[in-house]
Amino acid sequence: MLRLLVVGGFVVALEVLCRTGVISKLVLIAPSEMAIHLFGILSSRKADADILESLTNVMLAVLLSVVGGFAIGAFIHSFPRLRRAIDPFLASYYALPFFAFYPLFIVLFGLGRGAIVAIGVLFGIVAMIISTLTAFDRIPRALVRTASAYRMGPVEAALRVKLPSAIPFLFTGFKLAIAYAFIGVIAAEFIMATSGLGYSISYAFNNFDNGTMYGLMLFVIVLVTAVNAVFHTIERRLLRRWGR
Amino acid sequence: MKRALDFVLLIVVGFVFWEAMHLAAPFALTSPVESVAKAWSMALSPVYWPHVAETAKAFAYALLLAVGGGLALGLSLGLNRTSAEVAEPIMISVYSLPKVTLYPVILLVFGLGLPAKVAFGTIHGIIPVAIFAMNAVRNLPNVHLKTGRVLRLSRWQTLTTIVVPGALPEIVSGLRIGFSVTLLGVLIGEMFASQRGVGYVLMSAIGVHDVATIMASIVLLAIVAVSASAFLLWLDHRLHHRAS
Repeated sequence: MLRLLVVGGFVVALEVLCRTGVISKLVLIAPSEMAIHLFGILSSRKADADILESLTNVMLAVLLSVVGGFAIGAFIHSFPRLRRAIDPFLASYYALPFFAFYPLFIVLFGLGRGAIVAIGVLFGIVAMIISTLTAFDRIPRALVRTASAYRMGPVEAALRVKLPSAIPFLFTGFKLAIAYAFIGVIAAEFIMATSGLGYSISYAFNNFDNGTMYGLMLFVIVLVTAVNAVFHTIERRLLRRWGR
Repeated sequence: MKRALDFVLLIVVGFVFWEAMHLAAPFALTSPVESVAKAWSMALSPVYWPHVAETAKAFAYALLLAVGGGLALGLSLGLNRTSAEVAEPIMISVYSLPKVTLYPVILLVFGLGLPAKVAFGTIHGIIPVAIFAMNAVRNLPNVHLKTGRVLRLSRWQTLTTIVVPGALPEIVSGLRIGFSVTLLGVLIGEMFASQRGVGYVLMSAIGVHDVATIMASIVLLAIVAVSASAFLLWLDHRLHHRAS
């Protein structure tokens, strides 16, 4: 309740500052105007193709990150020595500008979707790997011992024992992978694509089309916040149900 | 000793993998030896250093602001239960926004140049530092704070003698993430709109498809990021160990 009040207060303050001209119209347009522009964009359906494209890219990236990240995380976790050596790399991974790999991806995947999705995966997959590692760390040792008592192989143990007991923490990774895939895809489109939401924002920016730019920005912010809020709530429920 | 060996081994495996990729797609990326040689010659050339200095300056300011601001925000919000509960979801959703979309706003507010890069790096780094600091303060044992109250410590004394030392391990964890994302923020800022800095070098190399320079820049950045992060990770482990 208080939370809504804080956010609402912030929006109102912004509105007042813009309307009274403290913040110049060239810099920031009032939130209500952003909403009007966004409504115009959505009802004229001119951004539909870009929105659809970005969302498809994000979904593909999430899918690949989650599946790949779980497999790689499970693999690393079964070799403690490898894990200890790889930790500093995982921790500093997010400081690297992956966009530099874009030309490489264009050569590998061709122009278009593949390269953008690859950057989304690069962003999302490591969050999933790290979450898988922490999730596996929290599996009670008794369960792991039981698995080895039943002589399960590493793959079987990962799928039948580790996966179910680590689900709540893996979900955290899933949530992070979505957030990071969004960041990666939109940023990649923003910097170097020729279509998609990120591209539309940067195109509007380059053309001094503040209305469209802020409208689309508002769309991205509302969309991402809503998606995150939904998954945050699910995560809370999961953690509570697993009796923590 | 064994750990150091594992670390070296991992790097060797990485290089072999890289070489294999080079052989698979020679146009997309240069071989490891070539890239390291190029990185070495770049590190020695006088043309490159002004760019490094520019990035380092922007990064230093951004890190200072992110850490200072993040700690101030996190510690003050964390001391009060209600404010922490209200702020946490808001901060998490701000953290997972694709901040690239906000870059046009920052350019409009700060103009081209150093301030924009610093601001962009700061908005990346400030939130994780604040989130970690806030949670650390919330999880402080209540007894410590009560003792402070019994001893009639002033607000400032409580902060410096109880809150900060108690929360230090978590603060370092936050610092580690803050460091990485601030660097990424500064680099993205330079890639998108700048005439100087490592990000600019990278972007212009991407523009003319100068693969050797791209790979060399990534190598240099990786060395800086991984060594800084390994140091902070080591500090992190030590502090957490001491605390428990």
